[in-house]
Amino acid sequence: MATAAQVLAGGLLVGAVYALFSSGLTLIWGMMNVINFAHGDFVMAGMYIAFLAVAWLHAGPLAFSLLAAALLFGFGTAVYYGLIRRVMRGPTLAQLLSTFGLALLVRYTAFWIFSANFVTLPGSVLGGTVKLGPIFIGIPQLVAGVAALALTLGLHALLTRTALGSQILAVAEDRQAAMLMGINPDRMQALAWGMASAAAGIAGALIATFYYISPTVGESLALIAFVVVAFGGFGSVPGAMVAGLLIGLIEATSAFYIGPVYQDVVVYALFVGVLWVRPQGLMGQRA
Amino acid sequence: MRWRWVLLLAALLLAPLVLRGAFYERTMALVLLAAISACAWNILGGYAGQVSFGHAIFFGAGAYVPLLLYSRWQSAPLLGVPAGVAVSLGIALLIGIPTFRLQGHYFSMATIAVAELLRILVSNWPFLGAAVGLQGPAGGRTVWDLSFRSSVPYYYIFLFVLAVLLAATAWMERSRMGYYLRAIRAGERAARSLGVPVRRYKLYALMLSAAFTAVAGSLYALMIGFIDPDSGLGILVSVQMVIVAALGGAGTLSGPLLGAAILVPLQTEANALFGGGGTGLTYIFYGGIILVLCRFEPGGLLELWRRVLAPRTLRPERSRSAHPA
Repeated sequence: MATAAQVLAGGLLVGAVYALFSSGLTLIWGMMNVINFAHGDFVMAGMYIAFLAVAWLHAGPLAFSLLAAALLFGFGTAVYYGLIRRVMRGPTLAQLLSTFGLALLVRYTAFWIFSANFVTLPGSVLGGTVKLGPIFIGIPQLVAGVAALALTLGLHALLTRTALGSQILAVAEDRQAAMLMGINPDRMQALAWGMASAAAGIAGALIATFYYISPTVGESLALIAFVVVAFGGFGSVPGAMVAGLLIGLIEATSAFYIGPVYQDVVVYALFVGVLWVRPQGLMGQRA
Repeated sequence: MRWRWVLLLAALLLAPLVLRGAFYERTMALVLLAAISACAWNILGGYAGQVSFGHAIFFGAGAYVPLLLYSRWQSAPLLGVPAGVAVSLGIALLIGIPTFRLQGHYFSMATIAVAELLRILVSNWPFLGAAVGLQGPAGGRTVWDLSFRSSVPYYYIFLFVLAVLLAATAWMERSRMGYYLRAIRAGERAARSLGVPVRRYKLYALMLSAAFTAVAGSLYALMIGFIDPDSGLGILVSVQMVIVAALGGAGTLSGPLLGAAILVPLQTEANALFGGGGTGLTYIFYGGIILVLCRFEPGGLLELWRRVLAPRTLRPERSRSAHPA
């Protein structure tokens, strides 16, 4: 019983981080129907930013998380203005290919710089465990999970409760109509790219405290984000949050009961299964 | 138009007589193989506009099944080719039936997920050689093992398959199916409203594409005589098909040929210069090409070529005209 609780708690905390970066993917997808294949690699970039900030600047967790968010925000808006804005007017093939090319470029530039070896942050950055009833929880996991959950809720609140969020959602709803209301759709879409990338970056920085860091980690993280978005229904941040927690749970239990090698297999198979049974996602509306 | 193809075929038939030496022969065979895979991808990704990033699934099925039959039951690898095609078609239906109900990007995402799923499963399954891979016949027992020391026999086999595939694609281009697929690419909803059975034809395109990609995988396994999860199911396998087709011009008959003729020698040269694919430079190179293409010339090199020539030759646009502006 205690073991099960331990596994579930671990799964929920990782799931919260999945929810955070997946909500970025779903935001862009829902807003401009562009799927960012490089999203997982943005998370990887956040992890390496944390690693370098600790190695060079001896930064603390709060500092490197903010740094990752700021840098990725800048990178995301740059990608929007430099690439996405242009390819969105082109053929579908170019839309799909462009972010895929970006993924290869980001992933293997990191591979070239850092080589294939895994690195980890030193335990002194954030370590220790707390005892909650019968279970032990690592402080890094706890901090990452709680912060990720708060940030995902914050993103949802920003989109639904503020004037800025209304402008973003208005562009998502109808670009032309939003323009007639005096909203600059380009700026809103750039902002959405910035926020989505920042969410990925900060998620990367948060899990960097306990996850292995490698140049190719983004590939499996991107697949997890796809699964979360497919589960939660595309474009839905609350859907991504629930689905992220759920995927975290499923992954943790299958890793524990079937074997860690197969945790991804279970999640990808579920993805294909969901496409068969309920393609609009567990919480999505029929497209 | 037709005499150009005849000329090209003649040139390809004579090429091994002119360019001699193991290195050239091997490179030329690999160019043809890349062209076969890219043409097969092109039927679905180019003509029908359904972009697959996981065509290694079908390539891997075609590569693994013949070598599996050989290494377990000593059957001639050639006999495994139809079996590989059958496995590939089964997986194609498994992905295509659910995702083609949906518009948009679900198909692309599902192909990546299934490719990765298969790669992990195969890497951990000793029956399929796990991470070590499977070996083909060391030396040919009979000619049916299709195991030759020189690359030239493979070159001619590949040329034959490529010719069949191109003929099939050319026929498809002019048939009802070709028009349906281009209508689907230009806009699914519009195509459906005009009475195109969208889902069925997307499935036909996927199956045709998967079958030929499996054949390409089998040919690869026969030539190299060895397959492992990375060379059969790795992401680079899928990426190469996409980029070869897109570089030349996706959705055109000759685009993948042009892409293969440029990219494969370039990559062989780059590998010789930078010391193999271990540093990830190949991927950086591919990623860069993809970004430049998408940003500046999404129609590929053929489109560029046509635009440059357009003012002089007032020829009506051919197959590309289905693209939305």
